[in-house]
Amino acid sequence: MRQTVNRIRRLWKFRGGVHPPQQKNISTSAPISPAQLPERLVLPLHQHIGEPAEPIVNIGDKVLKGQMIARPQGYVSAPIHAPTSGTVIDIGNYPVPHPSSLSATCMVIHSDGDDRWIEHHAVEDYFRLPPSELRNLIREAGIVGLGGAGFPSYIKFNPGQQKAIQTLILNGVECEPYITCDDLLMRERPQDILSGLLIIQHALQAHECLVAIEDNKPEAFVALRQATEDYDNIEVVQVPTLYPQGSEKQLVKVLTGKEVPADGLALNIGVVCANVGTAAAVHNAIHRGEPLISRNVTITGSAIGSPRNLNVLLGTPMRELIEQCDGNLDRIERLIMGGPMMGFALHRPDLPVIKTTNCILAATAEDLPPQRPELPCIRCGACADTCPVNLLPQQLYWYSKHQNLDKVQEFNLFDCIECGCCSYVCPSNIPLVQYFRFAKGDIWTQEREKEKSDIARRRHEFHQFRVARDKEERQAKRNRKKAALKADTAAAERDKKKAEIQAAIERTQTRRQDAMKDAEMRRSSYQGRTRDHSTAGNAGQQPENSSDTEQK
Amino acid sequence: MLSALLALSALAIVFGLLLGFSAIKFKVEGDPLVEKIDAQLPQTQCGQCSYPGCRPYAEAIAKGEADINQCPPGGETTIIALADLLERDPKPLNPENGEIKPKTVAIIDEPRCIGCTLCIQACPVDAILGAAKQMHTVIARECTGCDLCVEPCPVDCIDMVPITQDILTWKWPYPDTSLEKAS
Amino acid sequence: MTSPTPTSPHTLAAASITRVMLRVIIALIPGLAAYIWFFGWGITINIAFAVLVALGAEAIMLQLRKRPLLPFLTDGSAIVTAVLLAFAIPPLAPWWITFIGIIFAIVVAKQLYGGLGYNPFNPAMVGYVVLLISFPREMTSWVPTLSFSPYELSFVENAIFIFTGHLPAGLAIDALTEATPLDTLKTNLGLGNTVSEIKSQLGLDEATSRLLSVIPIFGAIGGKGWEWINGGFLLGGLWLIYKKVIGWQIPAALLGSLVSISVLFYIIDPDLYASPVFHLFSGATMLAAFFIATDPVTAATSNRGRLIYGVGIGILMYIIRTWGGYPDSVAFAVLLMNMTVPIIDHYFKSRVFGRHGD
Repeated sequence: MRQTVNRIRRLWKFRGGVHPPQQKNISTSAPISPAQLPERLVLPLHQHIGEPAEPIVNIGDKVLKGQMIARPQGYVSAPIHAPTSGTVIDIGNYPVPHPSSLSATCMVIHSDGDDRWIEHHAVEDYFRLPPSELRNLIREAGIVGLGGAGFPSYIKFNPGQQKAIQTLILNGVECEPYITCDDLLMRERPQDILSGLLIIQHALQAHECLVAIEDNKPEAFVALRQATEDYDNIEVVQVPTLYPQGSEKQLVKVLTGKEVPADGLALNIGVVCANVGTAAAVHNAIHRGEPLISRNVTITGSAIGSPRNLNVLLGTPMRELIEQCDGNLDRIERLIMGGPMMGFALHRPDLPVIKTTNCILAATAEDLPPQRPELPCIRCGACADTCPVNLLPQQLYWYSKHQNLDKVQEFNLFDCIECGCCSYVCPSNIPLVQYFRFAKGDIWTQEREKEKSDIARRRHEFHQFRVARDKEERQAKRNRKKAALKADTAAAERDKKKAEIQAAIERTQTRRQDAMKDAEMRRSSYQGRTRDHSTAGNAGQQPENSSDTEQK
Repeated sequence: MLSALLALSALAIVFGLLLGFSAIKFKVEGDPLVEKIDAQLPQTQCGQCSYPGCRPYAEAIAKGEADINQCPPGGETTIIALADLLERDPKPLNPENGEIKPKTVAIIDEPRCIGCTLCIQACPVDAILGAAKQMHTVIARECTGCDLCVEPCPVDCIDMVPITQDILTWKWPYPDTSLEKAS
Repeated sequence: MTSPTPTSPHTLAAASITRVMLRVIIALIPGLAAYIWFFGWGITINIAFAVLVALGAEAIMLQLRKRPLLPFLTDGSAIVTAVLLAFAIPPLAPWWITFIGIIFAIVVAKQLYGGLGYNPFNPAMVGYVVLLISFPREMTSWVPTLSFSPYELSFVENAIFIFTGHLPAGLAIDALTEATPLDTLKTNLGLGNTVSEIKSQLGLDEATSRLLSVIPIFGAIGGKGWEWINGGFLLGGLWLIYKKVIGWQIPAALLGSLVSISVLFYIIDPDLYASPVFHLFSGATMLAAFFIATDPVTAATSNRGRLIYGVGIGILMYIIRTWGGYPDSVAFAVLLMNMTVPIIDHYFKSRVFGRHGD
C-alpha cells in the first residue's frame, strides 16, 4: 500500500564526503556465479574482529562441508567452519590478507572434491525462539559483519539493556567505488535479504526497519521494494550517492538525523545497522542451517578480462579467482582487497579469501594513479571540508607527523574512521590517513608498553618486597639461632665454672682429708716409734699452711 | 625626575609584593617528581643505567645525579619523554650505558636446564618459574627482556630472542613519501 | 606487481597546488583587464618583472635550503605572490621597488620561514608593507586613470620609465601621478572638509561629473576606474567560490563587516565618513576579500575561525582607513589578523561528529 504512494522520507545530511568516480558498472553486467571448487583452502583463524578462533580438529582429520573446525575463544570471537569436505593437512603459519603482509595461524584443508555436507537442519519457527537463542544460532554459524569490518554479528544483534530497539538499518549503501557484491545480491536475492532482515528484527525486537540503498543502484532498489511490499514496518529508502555514506555513523545520521555519540555505539541511540550480505547469511543459517562458509566477492579492475561477482568458498586463493575471471596477473599494478578508498594493498595474489573480502581490485596503472610526491600542507582546509566526522585533518596531520601523541588525541584522532576523504582531496598529496594510522598504532603500542611496564613495575616492587621479606625472615631466623646458641654457651660456661669450683672444693676436701690422714699417721708413728719432734712438727704444720694458701 | 624615580620604585615595590604574595598564595604543591620520572621508564629493571633498577634511576634523575640519556631499553622515546617532563633538551643515548636493541624475551632451553635456580634469583620481576632441581621456564608475558638472567646461568641455557611482530601487534609505518625521494 | 602503496585511499582527486594557484591566476584576469583599461599597460610590465624576480628568488632560496626545485617552482605559489604584489605597486613605480618588494616577500616572508605552507604572514602583504614604510613617496604616487592623464604613455615608454626613470621629453613625473583616492579622501577630511565637499572641490571636469551623476552608487572621487577594477576582482572571486577554490566565509565576513561598520558611521555622520559603497569599491577591498585574505596558508582554518578572521580584517581595514596613518589599509589589516590565526584556530574548532559540548 504504502509503497505505491511512494512516500518521500525525510533525509538528513552528514557534513563532508566526496564523489570519487563510481566504476561500478564494470562488474555488474554478469550475474553472480559460483567460483570453482579449489583444491586447497587456507582458513585463517582470525577472520573477524576479536579473539582468533581455536582449532577443534587435528591435522589429518577428515572434515565435512559446514563442520565447525575452530571454535570461538572468548566473547568477541567467531567460529570457523569447513567450506568443503576434505582433510585437514596443516595448522600453521601462512600469509594472510593483511596490510602487514605478515603470516598468521591458518588451517589448511585439502578438498576431496565431493563437497559433502555435514548433516544440517533449518530452524523451524524461529520466531518462537527467544531472541537469545536465535543469537546463539547466529554465533554458531560464524556470522560476522560482511560489509568489511567483520565484527561478530550476534553481539550486534543483542539489544543489551535496552530490550528492544527503535530502528534496524539494513545497509545496502555500498558507497565504495568498484564494489558491487551487495548490489548484485540485492538484485538477485531480495527474498533472502528480506527473510534475514525479519530474523534480525526478531532477534532485536526492532520497531521499524529501513533498508538504505544509494541512488546509483536503481535495480537493487526496485527489487527490494518489491520484496518488502507487504511489510508495513519495513521501508526501502533511496539515499543520494555520497562517499562514505556506508559508514555506520554517517548512515544513521542520514536516515534518522541522530548522531551516534563519539564514544558510543549506534545501539546507544536505539539503532542497529547490518549489512545486506549479513542478512542473507543469517537467512542461510536459520532457514537452511548453513553456517557462513562462502561469500560474494567482486573481482574487478582493468587487469581482469571479465570482471564480475563470484560466490566464493572462504579460503579460496585469490589467484584462482583472478584466473577464473580471465585476469592477467602480470598487468596488475596494485592488488587491493576492498575498494580504492578504504581497501588495503596486498603483497601477493595467492592469499585466501576471508569473511571480510568483499572485493578484489586488480588495478592497472590506469585505474589508480601512482602515488604523487608529498608537498607541504598549504592549510587550504579541503580536508576539513570533506571530513565526515568534522575533524581537523591538517592539525591531526601536523601533530601525527611530529608524533605529538597527546595533541593528536586532543584533536580526537580516535574519532577518525579512516575513510580517506581527506587524502583524496589533498592538493599537496599528503597521505593523511597513513599518518593517522601510524599515530594510532603508536598510541596503541605505547599503551601496550605502558601496561607492560606497569605490570613490570608492580612485579618488580613485589620482587623487591619479597626479597626484602625473605632477607628479613632469614635475618630473623639467624638472630634466633644466634640467640639460642649464645644462651647455650652461657649456660655451659656457668656450669663449667660451677663444676670447676665444685671440683676445686672437692679437691681441697680430699686433700685436707688426705693431709689429716697423713698427720694422723705421722702422729701415731711419732708417738709410737721415734718421737722426733722437730720433723713431726714441720710436717704437721705444712698441710695447714697449704690449705690456707688454697683458700685465699 | 625625582617623581619618575619614585613612581617607578613604587611600582616595583607594588609588583614585587604582588608577585611575592601570589607565589605564596598560589603555590603549586611539589609534584612527586620521582613518580613521574619512574612512570616514563620502561621498567625493564635491567640496571644498564648503572642504578639497581628503574626507580633508583628515577630518584637519581630527580636529584640531578643522573642524566636522562642512560636508559637503552627506553631508547629515544624515553629520552624525549623525560626531556619533555623535565623541560630539558633531549640528547642521544649515552653509549656507555649500552645501545638500543630490539625488544627481546628470554627463552630457556629446557632440556639443558639443570634447575639451579640462579636465574630465578636474578630475575627482577619474578618472571621465571621453577624450583631447585626442577626445570625452569620463563613467563614470556612478564619478561621485560632485561638480560639479567643470562649471566648467572651456569649451563648457558637462556637465550634472548627478539620479539617477533604478528598481525595483532603490527602497526602502520611512518609514511615514506618524502619529496627528496620523489624528485 | 610493483611494491604496493602502503595505505588507502589508493585513488586521488585531481586536486593539486598548481591547479589551485592556476585558478587563482585565472580569476585575477577580469580585474587585471579593468586595471589595464584604466591605468594602462604599466601593470603588465610590473607583473612580468615581479614573476621573474619571484621565480628567481624562489629558485635560489630552494637551492640554498637544499630543497628540490621542480615541485616548488611549478606549484605556482610564488607566481601568485608576485602577481598580487604587482597589483599593489603603482604602475609607474621604478623597477627596484618591485624588486625589493618581491625579494622581501619571497626570501624573508616565505622561504626563511620554511617555504610554502610554513609562512605565518602573507608574503605579498609583507612585501607591500616593507615598501610602503620604506618608500612612501613611490608607493603612494599612482597614475590617474587614462582619461584624466595629461599624457598617455605607450607600452615602450612605460617600460623605459620603469627601468631607467626616463620620461618622454617635456614630461615630469609629478604631472603623471597623483595620490590614491583613499589617500586623497583622508587628507582632505583631515583638512576639515566634508565628503561631499571633497568630491566637488576636487576640480573634476564636466565629463566626470556627468559620469558621477549617471552612476551615483560608484561615488568615487577621481578614483574612477577603481570601482571597475574592484568589480573585476569581485567577479573573479565569485568564480573561485563557485569552483570551490576558496570558501565563501572569509570574503563574506570581510565584506559584511566592512559594510556594517561603514553603514554605522555613515548614519552617524555622512559628512565625515565615506559611504559603504565607497569602501567596497575603493582601494584593494575586493582584492583583499577574495585573493589576499583567502590565502590558505596564513588564514584561519576552521569555518567559524574563517568568519572571525574575515570580520577582523574588515573591521581593521575600516579603522585603519578612517583613523590610521596609511589609508590603503589592506596589508596592515591582513598582517594583523595573520598574527591572531593561531589563537583563532585554537578557540574555534568545529564540533566533532558525535561529540557535544566538549
